[in-house]
Amino acid sequence: MAKSIERQVILPWRQVLRIAFNSLRVRLLRSLITTLTLVLAIAFAAYLWSGYEMLNSVWPNAPDTLQQRILDSGYEPLNGRFGASAKDRWLAILSLLVCVVGIVNAQLMAVTERFREIGTFKCLGALDSFVVKIFMLEAVYQGLLGGFVGGLVGILTATVGMTLHFGWAILGRWPPLAMFIILAASTLLAMLLSLLGVLYPALVAARMQPAAALRSEA
Amino acid sequence: MARDNSHNVVRLSDVTKSFQLGQNTVEALKGVSMEIKAGEYISIMGPSGSGKSTLFNMIGALDKPTSGRVFIDEVNVSQLDAYELAWLRCRKIGYIFQTFNLIQVMTAIENVTLPMIFAGLSRDRYLEKGLELLKLVGLGERYQHKPSELSGGQQQRVAIARSLANDPAIILADEPTGNLDLATGEEIIYLLKQMSRERQVTVISATHDIKMINVSDRVVWIRDGRIDRIEDRDRLTVSVGAVA
Ligand SMILES: Nc1ncnc2c1ncn2[C@@H]1O[C@H](COP(=O)(O)OP(=O)(O)OP(=O)(O)O)[C@@H](O)[C@H]1O
Ligand SMILES: [Mg+2]
Repeated sequence: MAKSIERQVILPWRQVLRIAFNSLRVRLLRSLITTLTLVLAIAFAAYLWSGYEMLNSVWPNAPDTLQQRILDSGYEPLNGRFGASAKDRWLAILSLLVCVVGIVNAQLMAVTERFREIGTFKCLGALDSFVVKIFMLEAVYQGLLGGFVGGLVGILTATVGMTLHFGWAILGRWPPLAMFIILAASTLLAMLLSLLGVLYPALVAARMQPAAALRSEA
Repeated sequence: MARDNSHNVVRLSDVTKSFQLGQNTVEALKGVSMEIKAGEYISIMGPSGSGKSTLFNMIGALDKPTSGRVFIDEVNVSQLDAYELAWLRCRKIGYIFQTFNLIQVMTAIENVTLPMIFAGLSRDRYLEKGLELLKLVGLGERYQHKPSELSGGQQQRVAIARSLANDPAIILADEPTGNLDLATGEEIIYLLKQMSRERQVTVISATHDIKMINVSDRVVWIRDGRIDRIEDRDRLTVSVGAVA
């Protein structure tokens, strides 16, 4: 029986990746619900952006009747571009706020209900950094998936909605590059927000004394 | 059970712990000093709310005392950094809880191997040892089961196997039989006793369970945050009767 105390080794990333992935896979339903919040919030933002992009794409070559119908529907171009007026800006900011609040809240709850598990991990010799890494990785997986799906849903809904409203001209001038950028931006945004949302509760949880984490009801 | 060259594996020196609840301060421990020798089987008994779990957390380095010092193998726990504390919890101490505290999303074998993964063992080594430990507690066939697919007694056996993963010097148990029926509780007590005898592990167990007295070398009675009295095996033989 050695008397000295040594220092705990840092777990290799391979192990951390595996544990985080497994944890999500097994709790699929619960993590899908967290991810669903992401999907909805991102879908709302992607819906707005892709709607503006479709209008921007169709506007320059649109016949007067179609331009009139677009204006009658309440869209306001500023210097020939949609999504730039004060009202549209405000909507875009609002959609981002919905994303931030929704995602942060979903991650906050998801971490809080796992305090017991975190306490157990720490009893078994987990370092604080392991706990933080596990949650960050889970958030990245969820963010990537939720952002991608949410982006798709938003773009699809906007495309269908616009086509029903303004006719086939919308589809004829559908802008693939702009849509791709929106999808990529949605995925990235969801990942970043998801990380942001998980960071604070994960740090709090990791720094808790194991006894306090174990006491919390789950 | 005490060995000739036995040293103090745990030593508490005037440990107090208070909790702040709004305006009120709850003094859960009011100055506890004691020494536990390597290889002993100790039961901590006392009424509900007397401070057993708080004491458990102090000995296990799961919480910081408000004042006083805790030594594990004569090392002052409060002077350890985060890495050393994690090493201590991983290698020196095995924990067993009333509520089992298995990781619900992991199978029995994954639960048992987790402390060895944290300790940096190789995959071959931790799988082999994990299966060996599950066999030891009589669950060799059930290694692929999740906690939700096991009975309370079986879950506690997994927890015991997990606590032994890195050959700890100390097993700390907080009411290990509290959620089990009488017969299952008895099995768990004898399993712990067997581990302590065969592996020379120090077992420290907070409990309400009178049956635990029979297997204990010493019983520490706690009352209102203080040690009321400590009885050792000879006295116990007289006061309780049959000793296993
Ligand atoms: N985290 C905490 N915050 C506030 N008060 C606490 C906390 N932990 C323990 N206490 C208080 O400290 C006292 C001792 O609690 P403890 O859990 O140690 O008792 P116990 O002997 O384990 O009881 P039981 O047999 O019911 O498990 C109690 O009055 C309890 O309310
Ligand atoms: Mg208790």
